[in-house]
Amino acid sequence: MANVITDETIEYVGILAKLALSDEEKEQAKKDMGRMLDYIDKLAELDTEGIEPMSHVFPVQNVFREDVVTNGDESGKTLKNAPGEKDNMFMVPKTFD
Amino acid sequence: MAKQYETVIGLEVHVELATKTKIFCGCSTAFGGAPNTHTCPVCTGMPGSLPVLNKQVVNYAVAVGLATNCTITQYCKFDRKNYFYPDNPQNYQISQLYLPICRNGHVEIETSEGKKLVGIHEIHMEEDAGKLIHDEWEDCSLVDYNRSGVPLIEIVSEPDMRSAEEVIAYLEKLRMLIQYLGASDCKLNEGSMRADVNLSVREAGAKEFGTRTEMKNLNSFRAITHAIEGERERQIELLESGQQVTQETRRWDDAKEYSYAMRSKEDAQDYRYFPDPDLTPVYISDEWLAQIRDSQPEFREEKMARYKKEYDIPEYDIGIITDSKHLADLFEETVAICGQPKKVSNWLMGETLRLLKEKNMDPEDICFSPEHLARLIGLVDSKAVNSTVAKEVFEVMFDKDIDPESYVEERGLRTVNDEGALRKTVEEVIAANPQSVADYRNGKEKAIGFLVGQTMKAMKGKADPGMVNRVLKELL
Repeated sequence: MANVITDETIEYVGILAKLALSDEEKEQAKKDMGRMLDYIDKLAELDTEGIEPMSHVFPVQNVFREDVVTNGDESGKTLKNAPGEKDNMFMVPKTFD
Repeated sequence: MAKQYETVIGLEVHVELATKTKIFCGCSTAFGGAPNTHTCPVCTGMPGSLPVLNKQVVNYAVAVGLATNCTITQYCKFDRKNYFYPDNPQNYQISQLYLPICRNGHVEIETSEGKKLVGIHEIHMEEDAGKLIHDEWEDCSLVDYNRSGVPLIEIVSEPDMRSAEEVIAYLEKLRMLIQYLGASDCKLNEGSMRADVNLSVREAGAKEFGTRTEMKNLNSFRAITHAIEGERERQIELLESGQQVTQETRRWDDAKEYSYAMRSKEDAQDYRYFPDPDLTPVYISDEWLAQIRDSQPEFREEKMARYKKEYDIPEYDIGIITDSKHLADLFEETVAICGQPKKVSNWLMGETLRLLKEKNMDPEDICFSPEHLARLIGLVDSKAVNSTVAKEVFEVMFDKDIDPESYVEERGLRTVNDEGALRKTVEEVIAANPQSVADYRNGKEKAIGFLVGQTMKAMKGKADPGMVNRVLKELL
């Protein structure tokens, strides 16, 4: 395995992904990520000179909606997905700007 | 001699587009609905939901790009910006990083020092976040996702501005162009236009930029001006005392006229952008681009030139009226009805601007209709009301868009054209004010003013001042 993920990197990625990992999980994740990067290195060996980067897997473009309201009040359904509810709003842990 | 500093400012301006529906779903964008009544699985980020782009968002973004002299990216796409915050239910915001829809534009601004170009780095399309409300009673926050997914364009300027005055001129220019396009109402106080200010200072003549800070929560031109002045002073003080400016985001508190650090840029500002696999790329063909270009409205410069040719009104008035699309529309529609450009312009330049200023309103907030203004002008022309009464009626019309004709009838404000009644009142006034009468007869011309005033008062303001003058002089 050529790519080695440091403890600092796994800590940082954990913060970005909002994941709390145990020490064991961290070790496992370091190995997995190292292998992923190895695979990327393998892909990087390909000669891509003159090839446009692909931005979508399907050969499709311009899928649009017209600007017409099609949805009504479904707040009942929406709020069923809320972790908590108050005054028709999602209740979440106190968050400051 | 103390060191001279130069302020360097760049702006990120978010504008909510005036579409009927959100950017990726068919939910309404109407302002003020009960919480979460304009939501669906797409705009609340439910797994398995599929966003589909609103075509009108592309039309508006391209129109703004063309109006700001940008190059349109004919093949563009969307990217995901990843971060965690409860107002962002997908845990990513759909935005454009790699191929923004518009690039390399500029607008011309006018300041006391003359004309200047401000560069536009790029304009990209993205979605707005929900609204977080902090609960007063419980230890929690509440989220309303009605605004989640409302289409925005973000206009990123080059760091070309050097003062608060230039910043305001730039914002006013953007606002005017976008309002002319009908792409947004651009109200700072309602959040349909929001400006983040990136500011740094450097010694005059220096080539390198200093470390910049970003200021948020600026919702009026006044707040922007104060925040710029405050931040410039703060940074200069740090440098003068040998300290360094930290790159950070600061929040402006307009009541306290003070900014405080929100979060340091190093903290998790790593958004790990990647192309959004749910949305297909957007290809704007030459035909589509030409179609948008052909349907661009008449902008201010062309409008001013046309007014100069079509209407006999002062250049100064033309400048003020065309400064706001709404005012210009009101002017043209009223003139179309009554055919009196000079009188319409006088009402707009005089009473309308006075009341707007007094009530701290924008021209876009004007509610009276062109029909009603035309009727009021008609009432004055036919001498049905005198100018004092007309101004009173106008104030009511300005507030509530009443029909001036029925209002004048209902309140009995019509000028009394009955010369007999007037003659009787004048005789009474002359009898009651012998001193003024004597003064006038002894050559004090001004004394007649007092007698006119007394007569108008006795007639409850409903007399034609011209007629009062004539009758008075006749009887004296």
